[in-house]
Amino acid sequence: MTAASLLRFEGETLSWDGAAVLEGLNLSLARGERLVLLGRSGSGKSTLLNAIRLKLEAARPAPRLALVPQDPGLVPQLSVFHNVWMGGLDDHSAAYGLRVLLHPPARERARVAPFVERVGLAGLERRRVGALSGGQRQRTALARALMRGGDALIADEPVSAVDPRQSGDLLDALAQRFPTMVLALHDPERALAIGTRIIGIRGGQVTLDRSTRDLTLPELHALYAA
Amino acid sequence: MRSTPLEPKPNRRLRAGQVLAGFGIATLIALIFADLDLARPDPWLTLRRIGAGLAAPDFGDPAALAYAAALTVAFAVCGVFAGALAGFVLSLGYGFAPLRCFCILIRSVHELFWALLLLGVTGLGPLTGVLAIALPYAGIFAKVFAEYLAEADPAATRALPRRTPPLSRLLWSRLPLALPELGAYTLYRLECGLRSSAVLGFVGLPTLGYLLETDFRQAQYGAAAAALAVYLALILPIRYWMRLRLAPLWLVAGAWLLARHPAPPMGDGALLRFLSDAVPAPLRMGDWAGLWPWLSRLLGEQALPGVAATLVLSQLALALAAAVAVAGFPLIVRRVAGRAGALLGHLSLVLSRSIPDYMLAFLILQVTGPSMIPAILALGLHNGAIIAHLMGRQGDALTARLRPDAPRGLRLAAWELLPRMSGNFFALCLYRWEIIVRDSAILGLLGIATLGFYVDAAVQELRTDRAVMLLVVSALLTLGIDAFSGWIRSRMRLSAPGMRRAEPETAEAA
Repeated sequence: MTAASLLRFEGETLSWDGAAVLEGLNLSLARGERLVLLGRSGSGKSTLLNAIRLKLEAARPAPRLALVPQDPGLVPQLSVFHNVWMGGLDDHSAAYGLRVLLHPPARERARVAPFVERVGLAGLERRRVGALSGGQRQRTALARALMRGGDALIADEPVSAVDPRQSGDLLDALAQRFPTMVLALHDPERALAIGTRIIGIRGGQVTLDRSTRDLTLPELHALYAA
Repeated sequence: MRSTPLEPKPNRRLRAGQVLAGFGIATLIALIFADLDLARPDPWLTLRRIGAGLAAPDFGDPAALAYAAALTVAFAVCGVFAGALAGFVLSLGYGFAPLRCFCILIRSVHELFWALLLLGVTGLGPLTGVLAIALPYAGIFAKVFAEYLAEADPAATRALPRRTPPLSRLLWSRLPLALPELGAYTLYRLECGLRSSAVLGFVGLPTLGYLLETDFRQAQYGAAAAALAVYLALILPIRYWMRLRLAPLWLVAGAWLLARHPAPPMGDGALLRFLSDAVPAPLRMGDWAGLWPWLSRLLGEQALPGVAATLVLSQLALALAAAVAVAGFPLIVRRVAGRAGALLGHLSLVLSRSIPDYMLAFLILQVTGPSMIPAILALGLHNGAIIAHLMGRQGDALTARLRPDAPRGLRLAAWELLPRMSGNFFALCLYRWEIIVRDSAILGLLGIATLGFYVDAAVQELRTDRAVMLLVVSALLTLGIDAFSGWIRSRMRLSAPGMRRAEPETAEAA
């Protein structure tokens, strides 16, 4: 593995719930790449994302990862501020965490504010996440990842619930914050706009692995053909 | 010739008919051994006097009534919250087997038994009442809280950064997710705590139960009726005044009240003296050879007859509870009883649910005199009303989904509702069985020769070692019934909705 390479799969088989989902997987990820996974739902994108996450976590030294899982894993009883601040929970002792949980100091609120504003939730910091709409919840999860920052982002359909007109802007925000990204998306147009490389999955195989420079939309739409 | 495949034989499913038959035979045997004499020569005379008292409650000493009511609430609130706090801490280590055993042990001893034991350590003071509630409740809270925390949505915990400190993991994801359920369960337990607190008056703690008992013993039925009325005025509208938001207020007020209440001087080393007294007498004397005769006499002359009487009583009580449940649940289904009828049905079920079985048994005992009859009636009515309430609510929900031309009235209950809920009915009765056995043992304090009778006698004679040994027997009996009931449930393949937790009260709270 070269210095720029973050991980490599060589002929591996990934399974989910005991059944093989992806067979004979060959894949590598280099620093600075923005990898987009495309494929119909159930094709194994989430399984691959999970395998990539596990591999990155096992690397030594492990890169700092931020996650936006498909189920965003927010805590509905807590406020937007708390859910966003939670992105950096491992940077603090449990005692300081408890203090922020009970009474957030002004400087922590100030630290979180730009990220909440960037995803368009300014003014809602004190709102309980349980009282938000689906799109607003997803934005909260994005703000949590932005707040965490780090070497790489792994996101599973991170803009599926937001207005399509704003999803491009939100993906740009992620791209500005994270040097390396692995995203699962369902919109080929967005994939071409944000990605540097596209991985197409079909029928339990990686059928496409190319740079976005020489890819066209019709080729990507073919991944979804019946 | 083909060889037969050697597969493990699957457990044969127990059919409802088989369980009912076994249950019927057990009930008949229990009937043979039960002491069902009406000891009072003329129960009607007493009944008339009590009726006159009930008709004209005597609120002659309002200050004493108010103070006893306040103390009843104070014991309940302080005891339940102390138990909840301890239970929460214990729940964090519930995966650790010795800690789990400790929790099972403390919750298998009834509040009244704890109070009896603690009288020798902390005396007849506020601490005894609080601990008697807090100790068993801590064991229950630990188990239920551990389950709620384990069942919190795992997605939030997974989304946390990997190196998050474990305490932060708990405080930021699992705890806030489970908090609404922990709160609802604590609120429900506060209601149970109020019942426990009132009953603690029967061993001498200054709650409403104490007033009720002394007034009854002095045949001042008007004053007793007043105490009962105040108790009902507290427990019936409990949903309206016992809110989690108000809980801190009740807690502070309760703690202040109990701190002001005089505590008896116990002298130094009461705890050490108690612990040394709890060691079997022969061992204390260093006479190891005497241990076996001591044990066999205690087991043969007290534990065995006590266990037998407890089982006989609980079997008859369970049979009555099942009958009350089947007859009582249609009362609160609107399509069976009508709107006004359902309201009346709710009222009668709430009344029998809210009066603790111990208090109910004491009341009936005043009329019938000492025998198993008051205990059977009290346990059967109280537990039957609880099962009927749960079944009735389920039945009410069911009627909306029935075909439009389904019958109404009793025919609906018999043909459409009961068959659909029979699984749930068996599950509820089997869950309740363990509680009935536990409470049957306790009713011995009223003079029926169940285990509690021998425990009480041992405590009166200051033979702590015997009392502790009998409590161990009582706890083992409860655990054994719990295991047996679980075995029947699994062989009947019963999993009633909302009954997943082994703690049956959770379904009540739902």
